[in-house]
Amino acid sequence: MILEAMRLLIIEDDSDSAAYLVKAFREEGHVADHAADGLNGYAMAEGGGYDVLVVDRMLPRMDGLSLIRSLREQNDTTPVLILSALGQVDDRVKGLRAGGDDYLPKPYAFSELLARVEVLSRRRAAAASAEPTLYRVADLELDRLARRVTRGAEEIALQPREFRLLEYLMRNAGQVVTRTMLLENVWDYHFDPQTNVIDVHISRLRSKIDKGQAMPLLQTVRGAGYALRAEQR
Amino acid sequence: MALASAPAPASTRSRLFRSTAFRLTLLYMGVFAVFATAALGYVAWNARRLIEAQIRQTIDAEITGLAEQFRQGGIRRLVLSIEQRARGPGASLYLLMTPFGERLAGNVEQVPPGLLDQGGENEIPFARSGEDYQGARPTIAIVRVYMLPAGFRLLVGRDASERDRMREVVRRAGGIALAVVLTLGILGGFVIARRILKRVDAMSATTLSIMESDLKSRLPVAGNGDELDRLAINLNTMLDRIAVLMGGLRQVSDNIAHDLKTPLTRLRNRADEALRPNAGPEDMRRALEGVTDDADNLIRVFNALLMIARLEAGQARETMAPFDASALASGVAELYEALAEEAGAELSCEIEAGVSLLGSRELIGQALSNMLDNALKYGQPADGSPARVTLSLHRSLDEVIFAVADRGIGIPQEQRAKAVERFGRLDASRSKPGFGLGLSLCNAVARIHGGRLELQDNAPGLKVFLAVPGGADRAG
Repeated sequence: MILEAMRLLIIEDDSDSAAYLVKAFREEGHVADHAADGLNGYAMAEGGGYDVLVVDRMLPRMDGLSLIRSLREQNDTTPVLILSALGQVDDRVKGLRAGGDDYLPKPYAFSELLARVEVLSRRRAAAASAEPTLYRVADLELDRLARRVTRGAEEIALQPREFRLLEYLMRNAGQVVTRTMLLENVWDYHFDPQTNVIDVHISRLRSKIDKGQAMPLLQTVRGAGYALRAEQR
Repeated sequence: MALASAPAPASTRSRLFRSTAFRLTLLYMGVFAVFATAALGYVAWNARRLIEAQIRQTIDAEITGLAEQFRQGGIRRLVLSIEQRARGPGASLYLLMTPFGERLAGNVEQVPPGLLDQGGENEIPFARSGEDYQGARPTIAIVRVYMLPAGFRLLVGRDASERDRMREVVRRAGGIALAVVLTLGILGGFVIARRILKRVDAMSATTLSIMESDLKSRLPVAGNGDELDRLAINLNTMLDRIAVLMGGLRQVSDNIAHDLKTPLTRLRNRADEALRPNAGPEDMRRALEGVTDDADNLIRVFNALLMIARLEAGQARETMAPFDASALASGVAELYEALAEEAGAELSCEIEAGVSLLGSRELIGQALSNMLDNALKYGQPADGSPARVTLSLHRSLDEVIFAVADRGIGIPQEQRAKAVERFGRLDASRSKPGFGLGLSLCNAVARIHGGRLELQDNAPGLKVFLAVPGGADRAG
């Protein structure tokens, strides 16, 4: 599955990291614009028709949280990802309270940012239509209402947590999801569990859905996370 | 030479004058002088009143007696009586006048004109017979004029110099006493100020030497338990605390330098590998992936350090809210169960249901995850059998207690404090991956919740308690 190109606005005052982000997003085939301060960013975001805004928390002329609040007051629902050097629990809560949709503390890996921005953009597109009750990737099916998972003709028994993990992966099928995203969305934990506990859960799930299959669906994306997809990359 | 040597004593003297002890002495002396003068004045005034009352009483008695004489024996007897009385030693003053202003009897030569025309009491300068009342220092007398029948006038008075002498005595005694007291007081003030100043100077000198990096020296304590001693003791305690903190800080930076050098060196070596001339694309890729992993680990360490620092600075309190501690504990246990199973370890739970807690769910979750991570990493029993880790949650009267116990080799009593320090890795654990931040992060989490982290012997193994205030009585 090829993602459509996204239109992104990066509001970040540090010109080095902004230039890096713009370049990196463009290399991924997306359109990325840059605003260097809060007021400019607000003006550009208002009429820009962007898919996702990437907003630094500390900005000259208008700080990131005020910018998001102002946009939300204008009923602008463009997904916003907040970047913050402060990077701790309380900042995340404040950022989300102000109307941000996701939060990423610096320093971050670009792969993490890319994965999150893609999910935000997709979620927005999907929000227009009702959430499907049946997810399907190749011959893997997940029925959300019946809470049933089948691969081909075979039914797969999953623990509740494994079901939620697979549900999240299938909702974002074709996209890279990072370990942190899984931890946040499947477990609702916003802390760093030191060891890669997620890997173990993934390998358990993998053994249930991919074992003995010609085409493994749950793939590891080196240096980024995981993706559930039919085609190999 | 005079110029060169002058400033030092001058400054010492001015410092003495400026010292609090000396100023207090001066102030005290001033207040004392005012009150002493007032008290003395009051005494003198009362004494004077007493003396005047006595004089008046005497005059009244004389007049009564003389009037009686007059009534019984007429003017002749009165004259006789006056002349007799006037001759006695320490006699009162008498003057008897006819209605026509002629002197009949008495020992007073002259009185101010017109005095006799008005009755009542007066204070007048006077002269005894043969003296001039307008002399250099006329004597003052209290007199009373009594109108006798038939226009005779009788003046009886008494010398009031006794009263004035008393006043003089009081004034002189008061002056001398005050002068002595003030002199001694100021001298005493000097001595006390100098003594205190000496001790304060000693304290200042020590403080200066401490500021010049000799953190080991301590303020002198005289041992008499006065205010200066208490101040010195408190400052010394503070210095001890600072020394401990400084030591901790130094150790942390040593440890940071030491423990971060290893992964940084590894990272560098991997980069070198990628740069080797004969490295193929696949080698480069592998090396770069390794570099990324190493960098991620370093970032993780710095995040943990930052988090500890922020917790110790008391931040993140505002995110505290009630949450279901039982659900969190079983959730974290479930998260680690898979890992434990993979590692061949056994993770069991004893979680009291329905325990809610006011705090930060994320931070407690982080702490629990660190505790479990540690137990799974280091809780391997000595005999090589599979690790057995228990996560428990109990509610006591006023605390919610999370505990993670393992059956490993444990931590000896004397090393437990070190295990909680930042980068406080015990030698036994150096061979395993990790940075020694886990327990100190738990400790910071416990502290920000007003709770505590405790390490106990699980015989064998280690039991880590995270106790947070909010027990049965607060549950709801």
